[in-house]
Amino acid sequence: MSLLELDGITKSFGAIHALQGVSLSVAPGEAVGLMGDNGAGKSTLMKIIAGNFPPTSGQIRIEGRQVQFHKPIDARQSGIEIVYQDLALCDNLTAAANVFLGRELKKSFGPIRYLDYKAMYKRAAELFAELKSETRPRDLVKQMSGGQRQAVAIARTRLSDPKLVLMDEPTAAISVRQVAEVLNLIQRLKDTGHAVILVSHRMPDVFDVCDRVAVLRRGTKVADKRIDQTTPEEVTGLITGAIASA
Amino acid sequence: MSETTSQDLRTRPGRGPMGHAEIDESITTRTETSGLQAIIRTQPFWVLMAIIVIGLVMSFVSDVFLTERNFFNTTRNFAFFGIMALGMSAVICTAGIDLSVGSLMGLAGIVTGLVMQAGYGIVPGFLACMGVAALVGLINGVLIAYLRMAPFVVTLGMLAMARSVSMVISNNKMIYDFGPDTDLYLWLGGESVLGVPNPVWVLIVLTAVFWWVWRYSTWGRWVIAIGGNAKAARLSGIPVERIIVSVYVLSAMMAGLAAFLLVGWFGSVTNALGEGYELNVIAASVIGGANLMGGVVYALGAPIGAALMELIRNSLLLAGIDALWQQFFVGLFLIIAVLLEQIRNRGRSE
Ligand SMILES: Nc1ncnc2c1ncn2[C@@H]1O[C@H](COP(=O)(O)OP(=O)(O)OP(=O)(O)O)[C@@H](O)[C@H]1O
Ligand SMILES: [Mg+2]
Repeated sequence: MSLLELDGITKSFGAIHALQGVSLSVAPGEAVGLMGDNGAGKSTLMKIIAGNFPPTSGQIRIEGRQVQFHKPIDARQSGIEIVYQDLALCDNLTAAANVFLGRELKKSFGPIRYLDYKAMYKRAAELFAELKSETRPRDLVKQMSGGQRQAVAIARTRLSDPKLVLMDEPTAAISVRQVAEVLNLIQRLKDTGHAVILVSHRMPDVFDVCDRVAVLRRGTKVADKRIDQTTPEEVTGLITGAIASA
Repeated sequence: MSETTSQDLRTRPGRGPMGHAEIDESITTRTETSGLQAIIRTQPFWVLMAIIVIGLVMSFVSDVFLTERNFFNTTRNFAFFGIMALGMSAVICTAGIDLSVGSLMGLAGIVTGLVMQAGYGIVPGFLACMGVAALVGLINGVLIAYLRMAPFVVTLGMLAMARSVSMVISNNKMIYDFGPDTDLYLWLGGESVLGVPNPVWVLIVLTAVFWWVWRYSTWGRWVIAIGGNAKAARLSGIPVERIIVSVYVLSAMMAGLAAFLLVGWFGSVTNALGEGYELNVIAASVIGGANLMGGVVYALGAPIGAALMELIRNSLLLAGIDALWQQFFVGLFLIIAVLLEQIRNRGRSE
């Protein structure tokens, strides 16, 4: 059974039709690459799955059950974590504070509950080490490099044990070594039965770790193929429109 | 104090680039920078230094300055502003503003007076005072958080409305009879315990509570997060609207509390109570390090900012300078404080 099924998802922002009847399914342990030109609707689709806003029409099913997300937290509770394209971090907080934002670790002293800095710093440090990122838990995000910020955003998805991880261009601003770590992470997620949707403009990344690739063009899905049955050339043609559909 | 950082890993003179293992090691085992280094980077610290310098100068200029009596009066005078600045700092931290606190003092003071004059005693008087304050804060907060109106406009409207209501319900008369609990009330506002004025005790306790809240509570963490990036905070599942409402309720209740104590000190209340105070409270908060762009808050900033303003007033008075200069110097310090903060920020981002 599919983990996630999208059925005829449409999204309009006023006169802009960002998505027009997109259907997609993802199985446990599967990584799907989502590609498309700028403005094709990739981020919009990811945000709908993550509960940022509801689709104008269409259905979302998780493990066969139809769901309706009103808030991002609803999607999180259904086992969906997301790395946003703009990362959605608070610059004025530390890396650790950002990782744990909204689900802070607390200690109790009688009836009083207070933030457990030590545990959060420790866990955040472990997550950054796992990502092989030189991100320090106590540093303010304001002072961080693009790659470090990305590590913070990715580390957030590792707090829970999600069923599905959405990554909107997680490798856009990072070094070769870190790209390898992110791809490694995606591979590990797959191996442990997690599903991943990876939005990327980088063809090698998608061909490296994804099992399938779906291509969006102007809000419509024009292709959905197994990686071993397509080529970077074909996908490029699909993205630009040189190939109508496949 | 707010979040602080350490950068001891950034530069390591005399060493080559670190190997991976070494990086991992340093990431997981590094220790915190000394607290002092972090404190020196904050605005309240520098304002405190300014206070000490002015204090030293004044101790030479005036014999009266260092007397217990003067110290007693000065601290009591700024306690009221300090209490309100604690709440205002929370509002400013969310990139908001609360212009209604001065008028609200008038309203809350009059309500206290009316309830106690009617013979209800001090507890109902206090509850009525805080209740009306909370209600005004709730209205501000709901309009700002849920109807997405600009904080400036909403609280400016409330400034006018609260003052007007206090005029109506007081029938434009002064209240100086506080019923059976008059003595207790005047003691609360005007007297001292262990040589420290009661309002100053309230300020000390509240500052400690706020220090804890900003550092250790989830609520405090979320307020700071909202000030930094409200959109990211919302995406993280933080109930942004509810938190914003709570911040305006808090600011209003601090104003209510200050009004309650101030009336007890004065021994009377008119509907003009707190007129123009909003500007002093905002100035104290900003001098204490609150940033109008949001995302920055210091518990100690509120009393320190308020203390500096009162110290300026007191110093001018004792130095025999015309009191009419007072507002000039308060304004000057406000601008200098913001300017210094900006210069320090520029230095950091380069
Ligand atoms: N909140 C919004 N309001 C109005 N229009 C929007 C909104 N979000 C997206 N759009 C529009 O929807 C379309 C798809 O945008 P989307 O961000 O999904 O593209 P994308 O495929 O992620 O592009 P990129 O590769 O540049 O990230 C664009 O035309 C965009 O202008
Ligand atoms: Mg996008």
